[in-house]
Amino acid sequence: MQRVSAKVLERVRQLMADGTVAKVVGWKKGEFFYDCAPSVFETVESLDDLVYDSFCASNLSKYMIKNSVLPEGQTGKVLVLLKPCDTYSFNQLLTEHRIQRDNVYILGVGCEGMVDIEKVKAQGVKGIIGASEKDGILTVETVYGNKDVAVRDVLVNKCETCKGKTHVIYDELISENEDEGPAGDRFEGVRALEAMTSEERFAFWKAELSKCIRCNACRNACPACSCRKCVFDNNASGIASKANTDSFEEKMFHIIRAFHVAGRCTDCGECTRVCPQGIPLHLFNRKYIKDINEFYGDYSAGETAGQRGPLINFTLNDVEPQIVSDREGN
Amino acid sequence: MPMNEANQEVKKEWKPKIVAFCCNWCSYAGADLAGSSRLVYPADVKIIRVPCSCRVNPMFILRAFEKGADGVILCGCHPGDCHYSTGNYYTRRRMTLLFSMLDYIGVEKGRTRVEWVSAAEGVKFSTVMNNFVSKIYELGENVKVGDLRCKE
Amino acid sequence: MQRIGVFVCWCGSNIAATVDVDRVVAEAKVQPNVVFAQDYQYMCSEAGQGIIRNAIAEHKLTGVVVCSCSPRMHENTFRKAAERAGLNPYMVEIANIREHCSWIHKDKEEGTEKACVLMRAAVAKVLLNAPLKAGESKVTKRALVIGGGIAGIQTALDIADAGFEVDIVEKRATIGGRMAQLDKTFPTLDCSACILTPKMVEAAANEKVKLYTYSEVESVGGFVGNFHVKIRKKARFVKEDICTGCGACMAKCPSKKGLNEFNMNLNNRPAIYIPFAQAIPNVAVIDPEQCIKLKTGKCGLCEKVCTAGAIDYKQQDEIIEEEYGAIVMATGFQPIDASKFDEYSYSTCPDVVTSLELERLMNAAGPTGGVLLKPSDKTHPKSITFIQCVGSRDVSGRGKCYCSKICCMYTAKHAMLIRDKYPDVEVHVFYIDVRTPGKNFDEFYRRAVEQYDVDYIKGQVGKVYEEDGHLVVQGVDLIANEQIILNTDMVVLATAIEPDPTARKVASMLTASIDTNDFITEAHPKLRPVESPTAGIFLSGVCQGPKDIPETVSQAGAAAAKVIGLLAKDKLLTNPCVSHSNELLCNGCSCCEKVCPYGAIGYEDKLINDHGVRETRRVCVVNEALCQGCGACTVVCPSGAMDLKGFSNKQIMAEVDAICR
Repeated sequence: MQRVSAKVLERVRQLMADGTVAKVVGWKKGEFFYDCAPSVFETVESLDDLVYDSFCASNLSKYMIKNSVLPEGQTGKVLVLLKPCDTYSFNQLLTEHRIQRDNVYILGVGCEGMVDIEKVKAQGVKGIIGASEKDGILTVETVYGNKDVAVRDVLVNKCETCKGKTHVIYDELISENEDEGPAGDRFEGVRALEAMTSEERFAFWKAELSKCIRCNACRNACPACSCRKCVFDNNASGIASKANTDSFEEKMFHIIRAFHVAGRCTDCGECTRVCPQGIPLHLFNRKYIKDINEFYGDYSAGETAGQRGPLINFTLNDVEPQIVSDREGN
Repeated sequence: MPMNEANQEVKKEWKPKIVAFCCNWCSYAGADLAGSSRLVYPADVKIIRVPCSCRVNPMFILRAFEKGADGVILCGCHPGDCHYSTGNYYTRRRMTLLFSMLDYIGVEKGRTRVEWVSAAEGVKFSTVMNNFVSKIYELGENVKVGDLRCKE
Repeated sequence: MQRIGVFVCWCGSNIAATVDVDRVVAEAKVQPNVVFAQDYQYMCSEAGQGIIRNAIAEHKLTGVVVCSCSPRMHENTFRKAAERAGLNPYMVEIANIREHCSWIHKDKEEGTEKACVLMRAAVAKVLLNAPLKAGESKVTKRALVIGGGIAGIQTALDIADAGFEVDIVEKRATIGGRMAQLDKTFPTLDCSACILTPKMVEAAANEKVKLYTYSEVESVGGFVGNFHVKIRKKARFVKEDICTGCGACMAKCPSKKGLNEFNMNLNNRPAIYIPFAQAIPNVAVIDPEQCIKLKTGKCGLCEKVCTAGAIDYKQQDEIIEEEYGAIVMATGFQPIDASKFDEYSYSTCPDVVTSLELERLMNAAGPTGGVLLKPSDKTHPKSITFIQCVGSRDVSGRGKCYCSKICCMYTAKHAMLIRDKYPDVEVHVFYIDVRTPGKNFDEFYRRAVEQYDVDYIKGQVGKVYEEDGHLVVQGVDLIANEQIILNTDMVVLATAIEPDPTARKVASMLTASIDTNDFITEAHPKLRPVESPTAGIFLSGVCQGPKDIPETVSQAGAAAAKVIGLLAKDKLLTNPCVSHSNELLCNGCSCCEKVCPYGAIGYEDKLINDHGVRETRRVCVVNEALCQGCGACTVVCPSGAMDLKGFSNKQIMAEVDAICR
């Protein structure tokens, strides 16, 4: 990661300096070193703050909806750093005409998997002040000295079932990874739920969803949830609950959100990663993905731009809804 | 006194709330035919007319459940016979996925149903409604969706 | 502030018997924004409509809810009434408390409660209605008639006579239908072929009429004024435009085992055949099930003898696509399968025949050359017994509950013709009732009894069986109140008629309603008897209900008049309940465009002013002339920018809320 990181930073600086790109959408350190937040860089000098390390988990695709619209008079493209999984979201947004491709310079960056600092802390590591990664080992600097942890033990949730190291769209690639294909079984969690009884499932979701504080972090991070104005914010939609007079939105938000992104969700995992309450929201999306694959054939949103999604498509011989009752299981 | 209690119990007897979305061209006409043929089905079923089954937004179904419906049934033209050619094919996909999701969150699968009922199938309409209502009686009151998320 | 009026119809006792209309009115009065509520015996009557009009004026109503029959019945009536009073017609909602309530619920308490809920839902919806204005659509000045029997032919000729082009699609190889199979017609006893074949020729000769025989409707899309129809022209294996109808092929064809459908399978025909001498078009057709060449590749005799070179073993089905403004169903009937009534031994005794088979046995062009012979031994019968109502007015569940209407008259005709031609034959008729309403009908029946001495026995037959070379009929004479055992040579069953089995399939394609007996439903049983509730679909002949030839011909003319009335219009008002997109909410994602079956949705780059922010955005634009209002787009739109007028998200959710409250 360190080697790639150094190359990336150098290349970005070069592209900005030679005028190829006028703007960079990347990550910047926050108050803590592991707080890498999306940021827009508009000068070469500002690039001093640009980082790319094991804590840059956020998916920058969504930021290109706004940033691919060039202000009047700007020449030069907008560079965006995309990890392999992020490129699926980018393609999906292209399919939906949300990004002006011509204005974007995609620098594909290799990824070894991102680290969840909470998992590091959970290993009993205290007084963390810095970290660096090399060959799968994260060396954590603490006030008590260095401590090594295996990256695979502290991966953010979405990286545990990494969908592969291939960038499905880019202009330039800086990567040293061989693609070994997807890691792990991403439907394991869905299967575990499916194996439960209906009552157990209900109890599970009731417990999880009751934690929700409706902070909208999931919605804000989700590249598919990118409506100009969310139905839940639109008083004319009949389901907004600004005044909190109605319990519908409060109770159904996640179910409706999951349906709205069904067939469009690239399984980037941002929803779960950003949830401050730790609700496994990806289990909704993956359920839809799993069902879609089973009912209508394998489909991977964002694999190529211009695909016709499964919910805006059909065949004459699709399964009947009755299959839900007829199939085996609880 | 016991009389009074008995009376109160009768009053409290649970009647399911069932919403039936029917497409204007086939199923709503099928329901009309069931009516003009005097084919009885329970009064618990209340029909909402929509132009096509594909007009039914999953939100409407969730809305119904959240507002206290015990069952929601969606009726449209038979696949291939849609007045708008393709509407019910989209319905079929949407509802398959939605019903699967409802099952996944632990709502009994019997509470949702899609049936294709043509304008000629008054008998089928009434049979379908009778079956669906008895299924809902079997399942009892739907408390789940409303309770899915506790604000406390 | 909205001001809603609620009008509750009794529909005589149709609604009032199972719904307490007073309670519905009382309940309506306490609904939010309802300022007026009233009941009346017949809301659809002029007086009832007057109540609505007056209330709109007097109470300055902004919306109207009528609790009455199905909106498919009177929505338009009430919209027009509102319009006459100056209210936008789309500010009217119907609560269907008849078909969906009073007619299906026996318990008045239950019915009333449900009616109140339906009323409440309609009020909740109408509060969110917006005034709408209908658009316009073009009318394709061409009609399609499905079925080439007397009904279809007459309808087509009448439409053509008004100057419009009309196509007939007939599934059989010739037009003519059932009437072509009949011998004589009641009550005038003129020859069926003599009056029908000139009409068939006229249809073929009329340049406005195009015949697609041996063809079936494959699919129907579109809507009134603009139907797109695919017609499958089945392979005849004979080039229609080249065949001269000389019949040489028929004579040479070595495969003669095909059953002659025209003669009710009473004799055989070759694999290549012309259905009957006066067939239109007079062109041969090869039965692929019987043709040796098509089945084995060997033979080819017909090709050799055809001097015109019309045979084409490689011919394929052809799909023809046409546009029509109106479609007429004239799919006709068939007799029911008599073997379901095996007490009459139809399937075991060849001398038990159906009435339509008797027509062929008495027809000069039939299998016996018009000489009445027993099918079993080809001898002359001495006694014939007719059994009426076989499968008609049936309560056993094996037949039809309705009266087939034509049997009493054709049986009188058969009896009279037999007695006239063969005075030595005694004729008995077992009947439940003799029904002869119609001009000169009863006189005709009386002639059979009084002048021709036909023995009419009121009573039913329990059993027919064969014994010692003749048939035994066991019946009962209800007037003499005694059991009758009759020896007879032939038994003729007046089998019920039922809609042609293709009617159901065609009706589905046309989204035309059919009843439990598969007859096509009228838009109104009394006032719009030749129209289907689906706009642009018309009914001609027995597909709508049993009827005889004069009735069929009058109805065919009526259907034609309705078609002409439609085709004479240059523009039709279109449904204003179309999609529309809120530009400010549109993401420009194109999902709606992809699911639209009409290509009614496009995208444009538009300068949008979003709360002071001006920018060019890719946004959706709906072509309201093309949109048919299905609503598919509204559901795929994640931002809710797309909505449907008249059935908006908010309206439907308001109904849901009102019902689930």
